[in-house]
Amino acid sequence: MRSQSGPGLESAKRQGTPAGWGPTAVPNRLSQMAVSVMWWVLSLGIVVAIWELAVVLRLVNPVILPPPHLFLAEIRNQAQFLMPQVGATAVSGKFAALTAVWASLQRVLSGLALAFVSAVTLGSLAFYFEIFGKLTLPTITLLAPIASVAWIPLAIVAFGVGDRAAIFVVFISVVFTLTLGTVNNMHNVDQVYINTARVLGASRRQVIQHVIFPAVLPQLFVIMRINLFGAWMGVLAAEMVGVRSGLGAIVVVGRQMMNMNLTFLGMALIGLVGYLLDASFGLVQRRVLWWKSTAQL
Amino acid sequence: MGEIICTDITKVWGAGTPREVLALERVSLTVGHGEFLAVIGPSGCGKSTFLMMLAGLEMPTSGTITSNGEAVNGPGADRSLIFQQPSLYPWLSALDNVAFGLKLQGVARKERRQRAEQFLRQVGLREFAHKHPHELSGGMQQRAAIARALCLGADVLLMDEPFAALDVQTRFQMQSFLLDIWQGSGKTVVFVTHHIDEAVYLADRVIILTARPGRLLDSVSIAMPRPRHVISADFERYRGLFVERLRAEVTKAFQEQELAEMLDTRIK
Repeated sequence: MRSQSGPGLESAKRQGTPAGWGPTAVPNRLSQMAVSVMWWVLSLGIVVAIWELAVVLRLVNPVILPPPHLFLAEIRNQAQFLMPQVGATAVSGKFAALTAVWASLQRVLSGLALAFVSAVTLGSLAFYFEIFGKLTLPTITLLAPIASVAWIPLAIVAFGVGDRAAIFVVFISVVFTLTLGTVNNMHNVDQVYINTARVLGASRRQVIQHVIFPAVLPQLFVIMRINLFGAWMGVLAAEMVGVRSGLGAIVVVGRQMMNMNLTFLGMALIGLVGYLLDASFGLVQRRVLWWKSTAQL
Repeated sequence: MGEIICTDITKVWGAGTPREVLALERVSLTVGHGEFLAVIGPSGCGKSTFLMMLAGLEMPTSGTITSNGEAVNGPGADRSLIFQQPSLYPWLSALDNVAFGLKLQGVARKERRQRAEQFLRQVGLREFAHKHPHELSGGMQQRAAIARALCLGADVLLMDEPFAALDVQTRFQMQSFLLDIWQGSGKTVVFVTHHIDEAVYLADRVIILTARPGRLLDSVSIAMPRPRHVISADFERYRGLFVERLRAEVTKAFQEQELAEMLDTRIK
């Protein structure tokens, strides 16, 4: 999963230099990082170079595929483009892009937090009260595969255009899968952990609170991380079709005004912010919820 | 304190289903206060089942178990069970793992940490109090698990092949460590193992269970002074005795397993 969705260099960074790279196979952390950064720069550099070259050689139309130096320069202008139409208020003239980033980020994080709390609560209840689980889980199983974008019309009708609609889309794209994941993982907790607590005198509620809950927490976080890009997609789609602010809106406004610089700037920001989100989730996973190995991703 | 009496206990797995298995049949025995009892038998003979029932995690299908004169109806603070698999909670430090039972009882944080620290010291892990299980070796983890069991003041330690997953050197160390703990405490130990040497080295008395269904085949007191020497005529004599008694049972267990597998494949 990880290697498909995230940059492939991540795994190389974690495991150290691949075997067969000669005598420098055990470098220290700093040079390891330098090597990693080098590959990033090279990888990006090649794409940028080809792109820029193609424009210089007039192989592509810079109006449709503006090269990176052009659409990045668009940052200077974007306050003007974003100000009235998109409704992302500029903090000071030039920081409207940041406002858009913040708007999208805030929505996705609020939605995920809400989904996490709801799913864990719902899942725990379904696990604890068997009848409740039997009544709710079949429905949830059927709701889970509905793509997040399919909920956008409902979100806009129910909440109007604005933060709440976007948060709802994020929430709904994660909550069902996560609820099912909670129940499944709770059923799969190592019996030895449970028996140990029972021998030490734990009640059923205590077993769930002190053993099962902490035992499944890392896996739940993994599930959330896997669904992060889906949620990110959901919020952007909502911003594109109805909620007229945020990064999704930038991309659409760019098209409407036939300013592809703006569209590409938006796309670059979407990619960058999405990556940083995933990376920070990975960091939480390794630093805070380390007791299940990250090898599952 | 720490006396366990089993009367005619029988355990049937999946009673009333077509795959009903008689795991243990009419086992009666008394474990005296402060006794170190080892249980050996071919694999699948119900040793672990027996221990689970003593711990109160499983109920016998028929028969009764009493601990200190009281019927066992579930887990109790007087009995603690130590598993073969690592059972420390990976998200807790060694100290918090040892203090876990006290936490369940609602003992205040400061007090339970103090008490847990005592037991960590007793098992020689004081400097490792704030390490997490994955930072401890297998032997250390089992010592912490023993400290956790001791911390609640159980009179009876039930041990299910606790050293089976350890390497030979560590296993020897842990055996003498366990004897030290036991001799100083007057606790009753019921120790399940499939190692004859381990049983002879540790126990006051060794009981042998038959192949499934597990029945009490024999009960042998080990009349050897401690510390015992693994290389001695006496030890050799006991080893020979148990090897002889077990051989027939292991063969039987093997045949039964093969038969079961054959039946299984036919059904499929």
